[in-house]
Amino acid sequence: MRISEWFRSGTPWVWLSASAVAANVFLVASLLVVLVWQGFGHFWPHPVLDVTLPAEGGRVIGEPSQSETVPVGRLRSLGLPVPEGRDMVERQLLKVGNRDLLGSDFRWLMADDLQGARYPSDLAVMERREWGNFYGFVRAVKQEGQVVAEGDAVAAAVAERLERALAIHEEIRHTEKDEIGAINYGLERLRLRGRRLELDKDADPAKREAIEAERKALQAEYAGLQQKLVDLYGQIRRDALLVEVSSGQQVEVPLQKIVRVYYPNAMGLSGKLAFYFGKLGEFVADEPREANTEGGIFPAIFGTVLMVFIMTLLVAPFGVIAAVYLREYAHQGALTQLIRIAVNNLAGVPSIVYGVFGLGFFVYFLGGHLDRIFFPEALPAPTFGTPGLIWASLTLAILTVPVVIVSTEEGLTRIPRMIREGSLALGATKWETLWRTVLPMSSPAIMTGLILAIARAAGEVAPLMLVGVVKLAPSLPLDGNAPFIHLERKFMHLGFHIYDVGFQSPNVEAARPLVYATALLLVLVILALNLVAITIRNRLRERFRAEES
Amino acid sequence: MTEKLPSRGEQSYLPDPAARARRRKRRMLLDRLAGYGMAVGGVSVIVAILLIFFYLLYEVAPLLESASLAPVSRYAAPGGVAGSDDATLDLILDEQVEMAARYTASGRVVFFNPENGAVHSETLLPLAPGITIVSHARGAPHSNVLAFGLSDGKVLVARQRFSVAYPDNRRVVTPRLDFPLGEAPLPLFDDGAPVRLLAVQAAGDTGGALLVGWAEGRQVSLVRFRREESFLGEETELKREQRLLPIQMDAPQFLLLDMEMRTLYVADGGGELENYDVADLVQAGLRQRIALLRQDQRLTALSFLSGEISLVAGDSGGGLTQWFPVRDEHGTPLLTRIRAFDGLTGPVTALITEEQRKGFVAVDEQGTLGVFHATAHQTLLTHALGVPPTGRLALAPRANALLVEDRTGQIHFQRLTNAHPEASWSALWGKVWYESYPGPDYVWQSSSASNDFEAKFSLVPLSYGTLKAALYALLVSMPLAILGAVYTAYFMAPALRQVVKPAVEIMGALPSVILGFLAGLWLAPALEKYLSGVFCMLLVLPLGCVAFAWFWHKLPKRFQSRLPEGWQPLVMVPVVLALTWLSLALNHPVEDALFGGDIRNWLVNEMHVGYDQRNAIVVGLAMGFAVIPTIFSIAEDAVFGVPKHLTLGSLALGATPWQTMTRVVLLTASPGIFSAVMIGMGRAVGETMIVLMATGNTPTTDFSPFQGMRTLAANIAVEMPESAVGSTHFRVLILAALVLFGFTFLFNTVAEVVRHRLRQRYSSL
Repeated sequence: MRISEWFRSGTPWVWLSASAVAANVFLVASLLVVLVWQGFGHFWPHPVLDVTLPAEGGRVIGEPSQSETVPVGRLRSLGLPVPEGRDMVERQLLKVGNRDLLGSDFRWLMADDLQGARYPSDLAVMERREWGNFYGFVRAVKQEGQVVAEGDAVAAAVAERLERALAIHEEIRHTEKDEIGAINYGLERLRLRGRRLELDKDADPAKREAIEAERKALQAEYAGLQQKLVDLYGQIRRDALLVEVSSGQQVEVPLQKIVRVYYPNAMGLSGKLAFYFGKLGEFVADEPREANTEGGIFPAIFGTVLMVFIMTLLVAPFGVIAAVYLREYAHQGALTQLIRIAVNNLAGVPSIVYGVFGLGFFVYFLGGHLDRIFFPEALPAPTFGTPGLIWASLTLAILTVPVVIVSTEEGLTRIPRMIREGSLALGATKWETLWRTVLPMSSPAIMTGLILAIARAAGEVAPLMLVGVVKLAPSLPLDGNAPFIHLERKFMHLGFHIYDVGFQSPNVEAARPLVYATALLLVLVILALNLVAITIRNRLRERFRAEES
Repeated sequence: MTEKLPSRGEQSYLPDPAARARRRKRRMLLDRLAGYGMAVGGVSVIVAILLIFFYLLYEVAPLLESASLAPVSRYAAPGGVAGSDDATLDLILDEQVEMAARYTASGRVVFFNPENGAVHSETLLPLAPGITIVSHARGAPHSNVLAFGLSDGKVLVARQRFSVAYPDNRRVVTPRLDFPLGEAPLPLFDDGAPVRLLAVQAAGDTGGALLVGWAEGRQVSLVRFRREESFLGEETELKREQRLLPIQMDAPQFLLLDMEMRTLYVADGGGELENYDVADLVQAGLRQRIALLRQDQRLTALSFLSGEISLVAGDSGGGLTQWFPVRDEHGTPLLTRIRAFDGLTGPVTALITEEQRKGFVAVDEQGTLGVFHATAHQTLLTHALGVPPTGRLALAPRANALLVEDRTGQIHFQRLTNAHPEASWSALWGKVWYESYPGPDYVWQSSSASNDFEAKFSLVPLSYGTLKAALYALLVSMPLAILGAVYTAYFMAPALRQVVKPAVEIMGALPSVILGFLAGLWLAPALEKYLSGVFCMLLVLPLGCVAFAWFWHKLPKRFQSRLPEGWQPLVMVPVVLALTWLSLALNHPVEDALFGGDIRNWLVNEMHVGYDQRNAIVVGLAMGFAVIPTIFSIAEDAVFGVPKHLTLGSLALGATPWQTMTRVVLLTASPGIFSAVMIGMGRAVGETMIVLMATGNTPTTDFSPFQGMRTLAANIAVEMPESAVGSTHFRVLILAALVLFGFTFLFNTVAEVVRHRLRQRYSSL
């Protein structure tokens, strides 16, 4: 066949369209690969190198993070010294940490300069609560200024003392956050009660005295805790490490600032695995540190889950009721058809529009009125008249209710007529038919709709930025203070966390791996939800195909 | 109830009739209740979601409302002494409209309640006996400074404020009058000539003041006073610096000094205006001389707009014009006529401008009062007072109340409702010439660091950005999605299709925040590095795929037969991978060969286009990715739904599969593909997070693929949390949401209708 004939037959275009499919699949796959690679790789302990640069470049200790090959011209235009006689050079980005000493976390080095790099096994990485990682050799352990361990004894002493410091730190955190937090919460409630009495013009002295007495009790308790805190702070300040950094200088690092000390170059595979899963556990279960760029994302996971849970509680009954009404009760006329099309279209309305509605109507209008009626004592500080969990859930409920309605309706229409008629013929009322046969039969469709709604809600960020998500919430919406669930509080969210840390954080470069990990977590959750929904949908179709035949 | 129960065996197992009846009743009741419950619940849910539209409309509606004026009361000028002819010099209203001040020609200051004219207190300006006030002037509104030109060539500078206190939880407003430069009048003309015209500006509490005065037959005198700490003790002394400025006109009528103390305008009754640069007293000089009016008109009013950059001139024909300095080619700011307002017919007797917005109120001799907004180019209201006014007006700082004095000595107190004068159709959608801009333009700039800043609400750059983003996204997604859909629905083996379709649909479930994050942090830097490679891809990928197909076609038959029909994508995945790699590997050679080693420099220097790292290509790729599943899924359904007998007929007649595809299948399914594109467009238009993260969010009106944009949705996400409820900004953002809502609702409805028709056509075929 000649080439012109071959073209006329259209075969190349078939192949071209086949490659479009291939490209689509390739895109999805490469996106997932990028996420998995960057997200899961972050927690693996990378070796740390120690290199003395030629030509008075000094000595650098750091963790290789990424390398690139760049044209010499670009480096020259940046004013960097470049080797002669080459077009392209490879350079390596090192995470050098020690931000308080060096000013920045990262440093580019020419790959050539790294020839003589060593990986000493006693090189330690210290994760700190502030200022990022610290790299160096731990030379001694000090207790109240006195050296207590040196040489080979250092590693064991560090491990033992770090454990003590972490325990004290946990105690401090518990005291500050839980105990003092509860007292502050109680004091605020008392203040509001007092203000309420004032507003109600209730001059009953007994009530005032009761409030006063409670306040005294809380304040006494507070003083006690304050003393305890002072003691704890005294204890945690006891130890310090003497660390030799790249410049050869010995720096004292207080142990109270350290979260973890490890020796990546000395780790075997099992040690690395243990470290990896430990970090993964910390990531999922801990609170964020350092403006969200370190530590875990537990509050964001918790906020997302709680918000989606409340949304589901709202959307499930109402979505199903609306669908049942539209399909089973409403007169099937032009108006119903119109409403059906409108509901269908609402599923395509941009989510940010729902956010605007949520902010304007729920937060400012509804919330503002609720405040005036039920919480006048807190005004002008808003209680419900400000973005919060309940409004975020409500907004997302409105956003996802079309999905549930459409899906449920589809399920209802798929139920064969004879089943309904059979039930009615046996004397069941319409409601009984609905409750006993139709709804149970369409439950897979309802489930599919709900899961799709949940998947959409979990990944939606734009409207939440308007109605209640914050970058750092001081406390979870669920805690030990009555009434335990605080629907008016602002909360953290995985999707917003990605946006905030990736784009608003002052140190994006250092935070990037964490964002990848967060993104991966979110993708996994959403993919899992979608796969479940698809499976249920397929099962449902097959089941009814069987029943219909 | 006493009925004997039926014993077993002889009667039925059913409960007795009464119990059955009760039971039936309960069931019926439950059924009816359920019916009502469903109706109420269903209707309320539907109402709740439809409420969105009405809520948006409800919030936007006030933007369209015009201003309104409600006369409250009228009373004789407070503090007037019967028989005496103590004319009003000036009227001032406080911010809460609880107190007003009236300055009279004889130096009396009367504080009164503007609602009813009841006098609160009265005081006298510290004038020496025999000295009279011959002129007066007000400084910039926030400085609260007033100056009185006296008959002995001196000037008295006063500051008048209203302070609010809450003793016993009650609001009490107290007027306060003090003299920042001392109670003794300051000399402006050393020879004692009466100060006929006066202008004043004072900078803060400790800063200096600049007084400008004119006396008959004299030059303009500029005197700067500065308070300086003296060397001894706490005492401060007043430094005085004077400059006499010769002017070219004989009988100036207006003297205006801007609040920056940089520009002085002198105008006469014929409309001649001289523009002096007085930033430096020593080098002060004429900048421009210009005629504000046509020959036959007289200049009757001249005033600064808020911010003191623009001038509004009123003439004897009722004409009002706005002027502000525009830099010419040498960079000299020259006063330029910007726009004119109509509504008044008689000679303009007075003009008063709003403190915070670019609005003003003017009255003419026939007693017509007009409310205008300069930038929006709107005449918001005209109102007949019924009596000719004197030209003494006061406008409350929040522009919500007005005092007008008429010729009979009566003061009219009116409430003014004028919430959103700056939003007009022309301001939102047309080109507007803003102050300090070289010409009319579409500008969106809702906030700024500076205090007297005018918000610029043109929705054009945002709509433009929205369409630009959507267009680039469609450019990326349409070929991939439609070609892919055609193959999947028509050529692909069913077993493969069952995997590919859900896989692509799952792609649609990926949260846009993740796509945006990858686009902004991973794709944008990568694209910057491999820009030439990506352009190569446009050529290499399709050509390479076709070339591979030819190569495959030339392979021995036994190789070809290994691949069953409809599994081609499986072979193509590695090919696409290899071709992508090849294109990226070509990056440096191509860049060296065609673009001199650095494509960004080449773009900037040779093509004169700037390069943003987060640009339209990044957005197009990321949002294209987000839109592909939407288009793919719907288009695939449409192609798959084409009745089989059509295609089989075509194939039976000898057409090749591709001929059948293009001439039969695509033709039949084209409405479905069209609706798929519409729905994809709807999604792209409303997408927020991707655009927010993958562009620099600069509002622009260019279509360059190397520049970013700001879309309606991203703009709402960024600015909504910071806008004050009920403000114009808030409502304009809601209008933006409404526009988005309209866009997508339109696209979706069109798509839905098209799809509905298609379904009917398929079923009839």
